This record gives sequence, C-alpha cells and structure tokens, in this order.
Amino acid sequence: MAGLSLEKTFEKKASTSNLRRKTRWGETFIQALLFFSGFFSIFTTVGIVYVLGKEALLFFQMPEVDLLATFTTTEWKPQIGKFGIWPLLNATLMTTLIAMLIAIPLGVAVAIYLSEYANPRVRNTLKPILEVLAGIPTIVYGYFALTFMTPLLREIFGRDVVQIYNTASAGLVMGILILPLITSMTEDALSAVPRSLREAAFGMGATKLEVALQIVVPAALSGIAAAIIVGISRAIGETMIVAVAAGAGPNFTFSPFTGAETITGHIVRISGGDLSYDSVDYNSIFALGLFLFFVTLTLNITSQAIVRRFREVYE
Amino acid sequence: MKEKAVVQGFTDNLDARNRKGVIWHVLFQVSTVIGIVALIALMLNIINGAFGYIAYEARVDPDTLAVDGTPLTEQSQEQLVTLLQSTLSRGAYNKLENEKPFARRPREEVYQLVLERIIRPEIVGVWNLWPSITDADEIRTTVAQEHPNAELEFVSWLTSDFVSRPQTSEPLTAGVRTAILGSLWTILFTILLAFPIGVGAAIYLEEYASDTWLNRLIQTNINNLAGVPSIVYGILGLAIFVRTLEPLTSGEVFGLVDPTTASGRTVLSAGLTLGLLVLPIIIINAREAIRAVPRSLRNASFGVGATKWQTVWSHVLPNAMPGILTGTILAISRAIGETAPLVVVGASTAISFDPSSPFSKFTTLPIQIYQWTSRPQDEFRSLAAATILVLLILLLSLNASAVLLRNRFSRKF
Repeated sequence: MAGLSLEKTFEKKASTSNLRRKTRWGETFIQALLFFSGFFSIFTTVGIVYVLGKEALLFFQMPEVDLLATFTTTEWKPQIGKFGIWPLLNATLMTTLIAMLIAIPLGVAVAIYLSEYANPRVRNTLKPILEVLAGIPTIVYGYFALTFMTPLLREIFGRDVVQIYNTASAGLVMGILILPLITSMTEDALSAVPRSLREAAFGMGATKLEVALQIVVPAALSGIAAAIIVGISRAIGETMIVAVAAGAGPNFTFSPFTGAETITGHIVRISGGDLSYDSVDYNSIFALGLFLFFVTLTLNITSQAIVRRFREVYE
Repeated sequence: MKEKAVVQGFTDNLDARNRKGVIWHVLFQVSTVIGIVALIALMLNIINGAFGYIAYEARVDPDTLAVDGTPLTEQSQEQLVTLLQSTLSRGAYNKLENEKPFARRPREEVYQLVLERIIRPEIVGVWNLWPSITDADEIRTTVAQEHPNAELEFVSWLTSDFVSRPQTSEPLTAGVRTAILGSLWTILFTILLAFPIGVGAAIYLEEYASDTWLNRLIQTNINNLAGVPSIVYGILGLAIFVRTLEPLTSGEVFGLVDPTTASGRTVLSAGLTLGLLVLPIIIINAREAIRAVPRSLRNASFGVGATKWQTVWSHVLPNAMPGILTGTILAISRAIGETAPLVVVGASTAISFDPSSPFSKFTTLPIQIYQWTSRPQDEFRSLAAATILVLLILLLSLNASAVLLRNRFSRKF
C-alpha cells in the first residue's frame, strides 16, 4: 500500500514539475554584480586615459605651450614659458640606464646562481631575502641613497666632483631596488627549462657553465628579455628614490654626478605644495603623467608580447 | 685507437673549460653576495641613523627656575604646575588643562611638560651610531669645546614616546602618532574599496567569464594596470577624488565638513586612490587562490543540485579564503609603503592633530619619512630613520601574519 502511494505521488510530481531551466533572479543579480567588479578595472584605465588626456590637452592648448617645441627644446622653465621635456626625460633616462647597468648583470647572475648552482637549502634561504628586498618601500631606498650612497660616492670621487644631489646615487640604489624583480622573473624563466635539456648536455660532456650559458639561458631568453623590459618600465616610473636623492630642478646634463630632476621627481615636487587648479603647473603634471603612462604601458605590452611570441614550448 | 683519439680531443681543453667554469661560478656567487650586502647595508644604515649621541642646550637655564633654593628637579607637582601657569600664555595653559586636568597628571608628566614648554632643549649636535661608538671621546671633547653649556646624551630616537606623541616641529618632542593613525585610516578605505571589488572580479574571471573578447580585454587590462607607475594613480586620484568628487570626499554632501580642511585632500581621497592602485594586485592573487580549488569540489556541489552562486559561496570561497587573505595582506603592505601617489593627492606636511574622520587632513608614515629625509638637518634624518624602523616593523608583522595564515589554513588537495 505504502509503496503504491509513493509511486503515485512520484508520478504525479514528475508530470507536473517543469524541467525547463528556471530563471533565478538572485543568481542573475549576483552575476551582474560580479561582472561589474570585473569591469571596474576597465573604468580605471578609461579614467586614466580620459582624465590625463583631457588635462594634457588643456596643457597643450595653453598659449605658451607648443607641442613641437616640447619635444625639441632643452629647457623646462614654466615661469618663463619654456616647456622642453628633454631635461626631465634625459634625467629619467640617465637614472634608468645606471639602474639597469646594475640590475641586469647582477639580477641575471643571481638568477643563474639560484637556478643552476645553489643547492635547495641555499636557495630556500636566499629567495626570502630577495623577497624582503623587494617588499621594502621605495622611500626607504630614497633615504638609503641620500644618507649612504651619496656620502659613499663623495668619499670615492671627491666632494667637489659629486654634488649632494646626483643621478648616480639615485640610479645605483634604483638598481638595487630592481634587482630582485629581474632575479625572480629570470629565475622563473630558467626553471621552466626542462631538466632533460640540461641532462642531454651533461651527457655530451658539457661543463656546468656551458650548460647554464649555452643551453639554459638561450632557451629562457624570451623570459629574460621580458624581465629586463619590465625592469626598465619599473625604473622609469620609480619616484621616491629620485625625488629624495636625484635633485630638485630640471637640469640638462650628461654628468651622473650633478643633480637633475626626472619626470617623476618633477611631478612630486610640483604637486607637493598646494597646487592651484588649472594653472600651467597643474596641467603640466597631467601631460607628464600621460607620457609616463604610455611609455610604461608600451614597455609592459612589449614584454608580454615577447613572452607569448618567442616562448619555447616544451612538450 | 680511434676511441682514444676522441677522448684525447675531449680532454685537450678540459682544464681551460673547467677553469672558466670556476671563474664564472665565483662571479655568480659574488653577484649574490652583493645583493645580500646591499640589504645588510640598507638595514645597518637605518639603525646607524636611529641611535647615537645628541648634544643639546637649554633655551632657558633650569637653574633660574629654582624656587626658594629648591632646584627644578626636586620641586613638587604643585610647584611645577604653578611654574607652568605663570610662564605659559593663558591660552596654552588652558589647552593643556582641557586635554587632561593638571590635578590628574602625575609629577613625572608635568615635569616633562616643563622640559618641553619652558626649558625647551635645542639640539646643537647629532651623531650617528657608528661615530658614537668609535669616536665617543672625540665627540665629548668637541662638545666640551664648542658648546660648554650643552649636555651630551646617548639616545635612541625610536622610543615608546616617539610612537605615541603627535607630530611637532621640535625634533626632540616630535612623534609619529599622527602619521600612524593617518596610515591606518587610509588603509581602512583602501581595503573597503579594493577587497570586495577585487575578490568579485576574481570570482567573475575564474568562475563565470567565458572566453569572449570582452573578458580577454578585462584580463589584459588588469595585467597592464599592475604595471602602471604608482604616481600615475596619484595624478588620477588628484583629478577624480580630490577635484571632481570634492563634495563627496570633503564630506560636504553629508554636511560633515571638517573645519580644518574644506577641500578634497582628505583621508578618504587617499584611501580610494590607494584602493585603485592595489586592486590589480588583489585580483591577480585572488584568482590564483580560486584557481587552486579543485574542480571536483565544484562538481560535487553541482551534483547535489546547488546553483552556481551557492557553489561559489559555500565551497569555492571558503577554500580559497586563506589564499585570498594572504594576497590581500601583501597588497596592503604595498599600500602602506606607498608615498608618491599620496604626495600628489595632497598629504599634509605639518599637522599635529590626529585624523578623526574620513574627511580629515592626513599624513602617513612614508610621507613623514619623506618630509624628514628632505630636511637638511641631521636631527630630522635621525627622526626619519626612527620612522623607517616603525614602518618596517609594521610591514614585517603584516608579512609574518600573511605567512602564518598561509601555513595555518592552507589545505592541500
């Protein structure tokens, strides 16, 4: 009896229940909310391009600013209406160059050591140390540049040669800052090279160095190149080290021992005081910011493209 | 015969190759050592700045403050209060009385006030830790010759007083309480903006998004935003939060305008700016944590008839949470150390009162370090070094908690 009634109810239920997909409004609402969260980052990018572009446009529309002169003249003196970007750009390129001269050879060498030479115990102690180095705020590096690196350089090269604020000190310390970034990206690329490649080379009688430099590094070259480009992009956008140690005041010079203001350093100094809206200074930081944004964006996209395009895929 | 020739050919330059190998091995090791030396030098340099001798002179000679032959150091609490009352202006005295009645202040505290307000020691010389240890005698003779009235004392710039005192322009009485509170207030709004949106975006991209051009665009965009220099976010924050949204960020729409600001350069603007800055980092970390939750868990949930959101909410998120929180803590430590965007957004350089609402003016620890480092006087460099120690201790404890969280709650599938 009981079994029969159960069967009956079951039959009844099956015949009435609608098996079509139900629209659950709660689920749809949540999905919309999540999509909005994902889309939010697009707003940020559009915001950067729109806001910076709008104000930069205002800057170039100002009577005293001439787009052509901006990129061809070598004086940046807003007080007398001269806006040649080269003194700022030159200082940025100099600090970046000095930083990369330190960070590329050291960073790649440390990565090769960690990935090919160090035993697991050494690697497990060294990697956290590098992570610590990467996690220290950049203003601390700025303090380090001003109170350690600059006196050191002045001791070595002479006080009359090296000014208190100089691009060499800022660049060297920036190199130390970028070293862990290049090391960790390079090490990832090196350890992605399969063991079998190394063992084949060892089997042919290659030494450890030959395996490292002639087998592993070429195989990981795209990853290393990407790391270097990301490093350059980071160096160009780096702000606090140069704001503290590289000097205040645009200066078109090729001497690493004299003070010169970088693009980022200039933005920080100009906006440090109470900046009044719609002044030339106010608009100029947007033009400079837009320039920085596009330069670093191009470098980052290039880096990603290199990884995608030239990556050696094993198995 | 033939085999031997091959072996000989192999051994011909083997020594040279091995030598080359050793040389490069040493080079690689030296590079690593340079990296470690740099870190050690950085740390020692900060410690070197945060301790050492200082020489100071009283602006008012304590001997002139003796009452009826009782020297200042032995006067009672009441005598000291009377002294303050007679020397300070009425306004300054009343302000102190309002903060905390004199009757309830212990003698030691009143004595400190007398030192700060009346005697007002002035620094005439500062030495770092290293010279203080190696050239102590020389420092003593120099001070004795050049500043016969000065007192020489070995101090730690980082003290519990330094952490609990508000900012002042006097190096001997300056503290970082204002900056610590400013940092905490700012981070609060950073988390409120970046955590929900970041986790939401990560869930969307990992669980819901199909492979369409729009979703690919969102992904590429997030990766690129992570590489944008922080100062660009500062400029964006200046234009959007400080200027365009001024009525909101200054509290005008809520009728809560802080009488001291009346502009958008507030804690709220700073927090939101940093929120945009760390959003990509939180999304990238949260996605990795969500991706680590195995497919089988979701399938089991779907199998018993759960909806997509029920699956995400009750199975995916709880299992991914330790990873998400670890990533968030790392993003927060990045935000706490940021300086450049906050300078652009308009951190105040000299405020001595604590931030009390989202619409207060603000200063933060890194801003304070920047300000003090930029001053040419040695005593401010030492203050900067002490502030760096405070900041590094804060960051270290945050990172330690991230590691603990990871080890304590992470599950292996």
